[in-house]
Amino acid sequence: MELTTVWFGLIAVLWIGYFCLEGFDFGVGMLLPVLARDDTERRVMINTVGPVWDGNEVWVLVAGGATFAAFPEWYATLFSGFYLPLLLILLALIVRNLAFEYRGKRDEAAWRARWDLMLIIGSFVPALLWGVAFANIVRGVPINGSKEFTGNLFTLLNPYGLLGGVTTLLLFLTHGAIFLSLKTDGEIRHRAGALAVRIGAVTALVAVVFLVWTQTLTGNAGSAVLFVVAALALVAALLMELRGREGWAFTGTMVTIAAAVAGLFAALFPDVMPSSTSVAFSLTTSNASATQYTLTVMTWVAVIFTPIVLVYQGWTYWVFRKRISTHHIPGGRSGTPPMPQKVTAGR
Amino acid sequence: MDALDLARWQFGIVTVYHFLFVPVTIGLSALVAVCETLWVRRGHDHWLRLTKFFGKLFLINFAIGVATGIVQEFQFGMNWSDYSRFVGDIFGAPLAIEGLVAFFLESTFLGLWIFGWDRLPRKVHAACIWAVHVGTLLSAYFILAANSWMQHPVGYAYNPKTGRAELNDFAAVLFNKVQLVTFPHTVLAAYMTGAAFMLGVALWLQVRTSTPADDRTMYGRATRLSAVVLLVAGLGVAVSGDLQGKVMTEVQPMKMAAAEALYHSEKPASFSIFTIGSLDGSKEKFSVKVPGVLSFLATGSWNGKVEGIDELRARYQKTYGRDPGAKYYATGGYTPVIPVTYWSFRVMIGLGVAGAGLGALVLWRTRRGRLPTGRGWVPVAIAMPFLPLFANSFGWIFTEMGRQPWSVFGLMTTSSAVSPGVSTGEVLTSLVAFTLLYGVLAVVEIGLILRTVRGGSAPTPIDDPTLEPVDRPLVHAY
Repeated sequence: MELTTVWFGLIAVLWIGYFCLEGFDFGVGMLLPVLARDDTERRVMINTVGPVWDGNEVWVLVAGGATFAAFPEWYATLFSGFYLPLLLILLALIVRNLAFEYRGKRDEAAWRARWDLMLIIGSFVPALLWGVAFANIVRGVPINGSKEFTGNLFTLLNPYGLLGGVTTLLLFLTHGAIFLSLKTDGEIRHRAGALAVRIGAVTALVAVVFLVWTQTLTGNAGSAVLFVVAALALVAALLMELRGREGWAFTGTMVTIAAAVAGLFAALFPDVMPSSTSVAFSLTTSNASATQYTLTVMTWVAVIFTPIVLVYQGWTYWVFRKRISTHHIPGGRSGTPPMPQKVTAGR
Repeated sequence: MDALDLARWQFGIVTVYHFLFVPVTIGLSALVAVCETLWVRRGHDHWLRLTKFFGKLFLINFAIGVATGIVQEFQFGMNWSDYSRFVGDIFGAPLAIEGLVAFFLESTFLGLWIFGWDRLPRKVHAACIWAVHVGTLLSAYFILAANSWMQHPVGYAYNPKTGRAELNDFAAVLFNKVQLVTFPHTVLAAYMTGAAFMLGVALWLQVRTSTPADDRTMYGRATRLSAVVLLVAGLGVAVSGDLQGKVMTEVQPMKMAAAEALYHSEKPASFSIFTIGSLDGSKEKFSVKVPGVLSFLATGSWNGKVEGIDELRARYQKTYGRDPGAKYYATGGYTPVIPVTYWSFRVMIGLGVAGAGLGALVLWRTRRGRLPTGRGWVPVAIAMPFLPLFANSFGWIFTEMGRQPWSVFGLMTTSSAVSPGVSTGEVLTSLVAFTLLYGVLAVVEIGLILRTVRGGSAPTPIDDPTLEPVDRPLVHAY
């Protein structure tokens, strides 16, 4: 297999990792005003992702860096072309990051309320806009012979692109709600589970429309299979959630997101950014790539370090595998006292 | 102002801002790790309290450093797309490796450290903060390798067929001679910055009259530790800076000439402490000069010849008139903005020396267990953190502005690096958005730090032994 194909695949893997992991972080952030009844419950929600959100976010930095290294032309065209949506994503991620770290640093309701709002906005904006961006990449945008994007913000806000955004938004909401039902205990767990099923049903409908639309636009056999897997996994996840099997339900939405993103990349290949102006101007894995030498160096680095990263990130999830409830929050109201319980669905 | 000027302002603002937090992160992670290690080894409660207290300040700083770091990763593609196309084959690799090798390490182990109190054995917990520190060093190494390549491109060849610079020797990029002096200089300066931060905070709390006696002893320990680190790192910064000056004279002679505003070659060349009057080479009204010092800084000999701006400009025009990156090449004066390079170089050195000097003073006044007291120390404590902090900023302003008009020295000018497809309005929008947001965040951050410092270190809470570790309340919960 050619190294350009390998790196196309690796970048797909990085985005899959990002959306699978950061997806539930976004979901938790967006559900903050919906699921929590008071500050202690909000803190329970935030602390379910507390130890891991920052590591999850690094996936997007590495995806960006890997795109720069392996496909410099793709990196240059994409980020200069999708300028304003990317700016909004960056601003949102900045305020979200600080909300996590700063909201608990002062014990005042107004301070916390302000950072809660930042956390909600900072989760909502990227959850929507990453979907808009990816849908547009797959669909194709105006790119001229000098590999420059010639559209503007409104080029990206087409019905298909917006549907892509709504799809990722809903997927992350469902994913986050299921995650919360898996990681919390007490009332909030039941509320999260019930909500997951309701949002999940809507998500399934929207996602199927979006995936079918994608398949008819640019799909191939590979993307068709992956999209079917994504849809089935989502239905299975909701059934499992209904039966209280939260670990399996979470696995289900992980598979859904992974298969859907993989399907989008499959539909894209061998282009990396198709041009809607002329097929001749499309950026492909071969005309956008770095040299064989650079790709070889990067492959060695990836082969050595990716397994190490996966091991210690996996270890973090193992260390923090237990459910969190209100009694874990310092100074918070004591909820149900800790009862000896079977560890369910440790990840 | 056109899109290029705005993009340059944006790069300057977001990068200088980002680098206020980076050196504190590097330096303070090491110092917090030392405190925790001392606690693990000696078991004294003071070290645990110092770990948690400075750990909290570290987290406030780290959060904003990470948040602003995301912009750094993406702005090359956004504002500098022609740069990204031209050098991406070389420049992208260290950025990607930085993410994979360093960012994952930092963020994952920091999460373990924040939430792992009571969940992890002590030694493992202390190892986590060390892992964070190693992550910051790796991050510094790869990003400085990328920057050093812009200062002195090596390990590449220009490919006329693809019209870009292409990597052919990655080891040459990693062990670039500029990198080998820049990395120690930057990291040692970061240790100075972290130490000065800890020193300022600890000294202030120690001389504060409302601090209980036992706590004063505790802050005295932090004062002493950070003063030692500040002084030792300060000496290292001076030595590495001197080495850096000689390499710089070799690879970018114009930058050294611009540091002194030296228009005509001199042998030996003197170094002016300050100058009143214009720096355009025409006339100077008043200047305090030390003979031979510039010769020593540039060449290592008190009598060495230092080339002036006028001679270098002629030489550059001869050399780079037929540059291989001709598509990206625009003729220019080859001269950076002299007042900026002249003053930033001096302010960098002045602030660094002042920081290390105050460190030495504190070290002397705390000898054999003495604890300084009195209001007289308050201004010292308040000034302390800012000295190395701003020395870093001026160092970067000097080295980046001193490279102009080049983006990659000798290969690509800054004006040819900007995104051709991005409109002035778009750059202006992002410039205004980032500047406003960063301004607000600075106010919030400083407020939070001051508040935390004023609160001081909280006594260690008493554990409820009936609870299993996993059922205890989280120590550093969000």
